[in-house]
Amino acid sequence: MSAEWPLWEVFIRSQHGLAHKHVGSLHAPDAEMAIRNARDVYTRRNEGISIWVARSADIHASSPGDRAPLFEPSNDKVYRHPTFFPMPDEVKHL
Amino acid sequence: MLFDYLLRLADNGLILAQRLGEWVGRGPVLEEDIASTNVGLDLLGQARLWYAYAGEVEARDTGAGRSEDELAYFRDSGGFRNLLLVEQPNGNYADTMARQYLFDQWHVLLLDELRTSRDQRIAGIAAKALKEAQYHVQRSADWVVRLGDGTEESHRRMQAAIDALWMYTGEMFAVDATERTLIDAGIAADAAALQAPWRSSVDAVFGEATLAVPTDDWMQGAGMRGGKQGIHTEHLSHLLAEMQVLPRTYPQARW
Repeated sequence: MSAEWPLWEVFIRSQHGLAHKHVGSLHAPDAEMAIRNARDVYTRRNEGISIWVARSADIHASSPGDRAPLFEPSNDKVYRHPTFFPMPDEVKHL
Repeated sequence: MLFDYLLRLADNGLILAQRLGEWVGRGPVLEEDIASTNVGLDLLGQARLWYAYAGEVEARDTGAGRSEDELAYFRDSGGFRNLLLVEQPNGNYADTMARQYLFDQWHVLLLDELRTSRDQRIAGIAAKALKEAQYHVQRSADWVVRLGDGTEESHRRMQAAIDALWMYTGEMFAVDATERTLIDAGIAADAAALQAPWRSSVDAVFGEATLAVPTDDWMQGAGMRGGKQGIHTEHLSHLLAEMQVLPRTYPQARW
């Protein structure tokens, strides 16, 4: 039976988190039951206050083989990081 | 009398939880395995709250109250006060979900009434349990619709399950002398008044599920000789034998 059910990716927003985080995946026949199953599989220990599910097939990922062209060019551009600003001493908690 | 009523509430939870627990490792899919046993654990948690209070009431009445474990493990079937519906075997998944839905739909109505019980403990436990039961009924109603309005085979099985279990639904609304006294005192919920709202919800869900509401109105145990009075089907003894064997064989056993 589960072979016929599509795979869904589950995202949970935790009590204190602002964003939904990917927590895992599960099988379900449709979105409604995917949310219900996610509730039972991933929020049993009070992990969340909101659930998103998305069909795994609808998620497009970057290819591991493209790592170098995608990410390496930013390695040597340190000026993009906000580390060159002088911090005034009066400003705390920055 | 209050003790007896609390046992009815507690035993429904314990026995149905035990039945749902039988699906552990055997669910149709992993997700359902977890979901069904989750519902079982909710019901077990509720049962513990009812047993704890029952034990206190028993102590107040007789001077010696039993613990949760004593109540769960050291009574025989004649001492149990659960509905006949919840002790019925799991059968296939349609049988399990039909049993669950017929119970859940009643359970939410009952708990909603008990929230306004004059007994503060009952009102508190009911308010907590209601949130869980509301999720249970959403889930079981969803399965009744999915299977009823699914394939020809799933429809056939769900209809067969409903037809077989229907005769155990009347007992949920039968009010005996014990309940009558407690209803008049503002403590128990008037189960008879739950029948109309229960039936209208059942009609709506069965309609969506393309299932026929059984017309046979002979009801098992509704004549004040049913589970609530300690007269059970043969299935309860088998369930208890399995559930109670460990503590009865090794009474001092600890984890």
